Amino acid sequence: MLGFGVDRLQADINRLLTSLFHQGVLDEQFLQLQQLQDETSPTFVYDVINIYFDESEKLLRSLRLLLMDREFSDYKKIGLHLNQLVGSSSSIGARRVRNVCVAFRSASELNNRPGCLRGLEIVEHEYHYLKNMMHELFQLEQQRLLAAGVRYPM
Amino acid sequence: MVVCEMETDHQNEEMDVENLSSMWPEHVGGAQPHNQFNVEKPAGDSDTLKEVDIAEKRTMADLKRLPELMNTTDQGSSQLTNLVKQWEYMQDHAVRLLREELKILTKQREEAEAKELKIIEEHNFETEEPENVPVLDESSDLLRRFKEKKRDALVGRKRIEIDEEFDTVAYWKQKALSMEKMLEASTERERRLIEKLEESLKTMESHSAPVEELTQNLKRAEGFLHFILQNAPIVMGHQDKDLRYLFIYNKFPTLREHDILGKTDVEIFHGGGVKESEDFKREVLEKGKASKREITFETDLFGSKTFLIYVEPVYNKAREKIGINYMGMEVTDQVIKREKMAKLREDNAVRKAMESELTKTIHITEETMRAKQMLATMSHEIRSPLSGVVGMAEILSTTKLDKEQRQLLNVMISSGDLVLQLINDILDLSKVESGNVFRFLILLCGHVSRFLCCCFLGVMKLEATKFRPREVVKHVLQTAAASLKKDLTLEGNIADEVPILVVGDVLRIRQILTNLISNAIKFTHQGKVGIKLKVIPEPSFASDNALNADAEEQNGLAETSVWIRCDVYDTGIGIPENALPCLFKKYMQASADHARKYGGTGLGLAICKQLVELMGGQLTVTSTVNLGSTFTFILPYKVATSNDHSDDQDEFSDMVDHQPEPDDTTEGYFQFKPLLGSIYSNGGPVVGNNFLPHKVMLTSPLKLINGFVDNTGQSEAVQVENGGYMDEARNETRSGHCPESAHQYENGNGQCPSKESESCSSSQASSEMESELTVSSPREDVKTENEVKETSKQPKILLVEDNKINIMVAKSMMKQLGYTFDIANNGVEAINAVKCSCYDLVLMDVCMPVLDGLKATRLIRSYEESGNWDAAVEAGVDIKTLEDKQMCMRSTNRLPIIAMTANTLAESSEECYANGMDSFISKPVTLQKLKECLQQYLH
Repeated sequence: MLGFGVDRLQADINRLLTSLFHQGVLDEQFLQLQQLQDETSPTFVYDVINIYFDESEKLLRSLRLLLMDREFSDYKKIGLHLNQLVGSSSSIGARRVRNVCVAFRSASELNNRPGCLRGLEIVEHEYHYLKNMMHELFQLEQQRLLAAGVRYPM
Repeated sequence: MVVCEMETDHQNEEMDVENLSSMWPEHVGGAQPHNQFNVEKPAGDSDTLKEVDIAEKRTMADLKRLPELMNTTDQGSSQLTNLVKQWEYMQDHAVRLLREELKILTKQREEAEAKELKIIEEHNFETEEPENVPVLDESSDLLRRFKEKKRDALVGRKRIEIDEEFDTVAYWKQKALSMEKMLEASTERERRLIEKLEESLKTMESHSAPVEELTQNLKRAEGFLHFILQNAPIVMGHQDKDLRYLFIYNKFPTLREHDILGKTDVEIFHGGGVKESEDFKREVLEKGKASKREITFETDLFGSKTFLIYVEPVYNKAREKIGINYMGMEVTDQVIKREKMAKLREDNAVRKAMESELTKTIHITEETMRAKQMLATMSHEIRSPLSGVVGMAEILSTTKLDKEQRQLLNVMISSGDLVLQLINDILDLSKVESGNVFRFLILLCGHVSRFLCCCFLGVMKLEATKFRPREVVKHVLQTAAASLKKDLTLEGNIADEVPILVVGDVLRIRQILTNLISNAIKFTHQGKVGIKLKVIPEPSFASDNALNADAEEQNGLAETSVWIRCDVYDTGIGIPENALPCLFKKYMQASADHARKYGGTGLGLAICKQLVELMGGQLTVTSTVNLGSTFTFILPYKVATSNDHSDDQDEFSDMVDHQPEPDDTTEGYFQFKPLLGSIYSNGGPVVGNNFLPHKVMLTSPLKLINGFVDNTGQSEAVQVENGGYMDEARNETRSGHCPESAHQYENGNGQCPSKESESCSSSQASSEMESELTVSSPREDVKTENEVKETSKQPKILLVEDNKINIMVAKSMMKQLGYTFDIANNGVEAINAVKCSCYDLVLMDVCMPVLDGLKATRLIRSYEESGNWDAAVEAGVDIKTLEDKQMCMRSTNRLPIIAMTANTLAESSEECYANGMDSFISKPVTLQKLKECLQQYLH
């Protein structure tokens, strides 16, 4: 029964991940990330996701600024930003963010401003949802690490 | 009454009079009848008058009371009838009096005539008496007697005494004188009679006075009625039994008399309401009962008006219906007002309802807000300290502990975990917000119970995790034993065929068990409480539970399924049969008495049942009063084999593997005694080792190495076989690192280690984030297999990628594969990098700012062909360090460039090949893909 806490937390994490996978928020690429995490980089997933959020935050802010400008026409820049976002999202396995970004991008390719605005909104929504979920996940992870860590002080 | 009395009196009087008249022949000629009459008559007269007078007074009184009498029509009409009757009676009486008078007069006249006759006779008799006598000698005996009598009766007392000698002058003279006197007397009598007659006539006149009065009264009453009814919007009428009007009173007549009288309503009016009123009248007539009704008429004659109609049946003396009285009052305005009022009231009610609804909504909203606030608060206020407690307990578990302490600690940790998990479940806002805030609220506010999370049943998803049923049972019992305050034996009995490891929602199952056990303990005062597990064949109800099967399929668990029956039995007070049906209802306990005695919310069993049913099982109960109860639930589980490692479960399994596996995974029987048993049992002080689970049959007893057994000196202490914990304890003691850790935690700053580890990991994270280009393993001694292998010849790889995330991921992958690489953030950088150093492989992102992967590849290829970077310069690429051109000699080999594409239209593989790329990896890059690719191009 030792390590029940870790067990429990791990179960929670699995549970959360399962639901995220079911919802299509994440895909198997995220598992890839998890596999990349090893004892040499125990916080790898956390770090990557953190950077992802930092970057995406910037991109989203920039996108919003661009789109809010009444006389904007730089769809190309939007496209570039979205490329970035699509790329990084697919890298971490944020499937839903990636998908809505792709839709957003196709709207930007058509210079469809209302489409872009809607796209941005959806992307932001998805992004925040993902962020919340990831936050939850990392909290659990942290607790697990704590529990696991203190159990086996090396 | 009065009338009646009067009548009887009168009858008496009448009889008297009749008697008189019948007696009349016997007293003919005497003054007696006269006297009698004179005496009697005035008396009768005055009597009658007296009676009338009384009646008169009553009438007056009636007159005053008339208005109020008129209100109640029956009384009014009867009064009137009385008046009429009285009047009729008076008339009769007067007529009778007159008749009597007439009789008397006739009598007197006859008397007078008789007297006259006598005088003549006497005269004759005087003159020719002798002749007369012989003639009537024999035959006129009767006559003579009559004469005698007559003479006696009429003039007996005034017998004319003639002293003179018969037939002398003096005699005749005397006789004439006396005759004259008699005549005078007769005349006098006649005069008196005439006087009397006149008097009688006067009396007659005075007799007629009450009648007059009555007539006057009636007139006054009529006037009064007119006065009252003058302006009243009232219609009155009388209709016969064919409902034809015989009488109508209408203040505002629109029709003339002959238009109405003798006709029925239907014949007179047309339009709405007429038929109804007609029917109503008919109904009243049939039923013979007065009643009221409001009828709205819609006629051409007087438009739309509402009348309150009162109809009463009218009977004749023989109690036969002869028609109806009808009274109608126009109440149109009142009806309109009333309707308005009703409408207003209705509006008011609606508004009030809306208001209360709004208030409710507001209330609910506020509650929701408060709930959210509360959740947030709970999140911080409960979760953090609780994780602190659990964390600390877990830290404590790594220190040097004796077996008992460890056991206790384990229970503590797992209980803490359970609470934490339950709270987490509750606090998961996403679950709360999916629509169960209110249920949650109600429960949260009303019953802070340990099964709170069950209010989320609706939104809760069942989780499938591997667990060991034995472990769960043991743990539940252990937890229960820890807080046991009764002398009870807790036992667990798991059949051998029950799998070691099964898949199910362990949290819920534990919850059910905990609940049932605590319930059982609550109602058991002696004996034992236990859990029995065994495998049973699939029950019949399960076959149609397709949903459950689907749910399990989804979890990707294709293992064989097993049904396990779990009995939670006790030797408690039992449950009466009649209480069984409502046992599983919410907030119900077997009886109010029990509720008082044992407390509790009565929520537990309901939740258990719900949980079991949610998991596709069944919860049943059998019980005998005073002998105990058995709660049985059967649930399906998937059998998981210990070495079954699916991809998804890898981590978890790894984790499990890390755990020290206690030997008791196969243990089938546990028994617990209360921790505080000594207090409740009458035995001497017992060292609490009986709290530990002990095997009844021991095969290889192990002596505890750590303290307590030795310290207590109880050699008979139950020998415990509990390999897992034992091993760890031994390991720890042997390795001797325990003192160190113990020392570390001894300083009293319990928070310290966790903080340390936290800060450590975060600093590590940040440092790693910053150093993107360097791949340094924080722990030198840990090297992956690949790394070791590749150290001999490290190929140079260039990653061209603008996306930081992608770089990080790729870097990590490379690290795992044992490679390092350089990074270029765009095409230009890539060209510069290629120019400066020799790479064995380039991983090129296609879509990049400044210069995309395709162009960059083209330029590199053109350099490979031409040996110069002119094309690049032409394309506007700022080629740095041209002077270093010779420094790096390119190998003649074509540089493998692998595209990384997101597989969109713009980044088709054809295009990649067309631009001189050798291969491509579709994004997102996976370890497998990367590995294959690297293997292909680097060997």
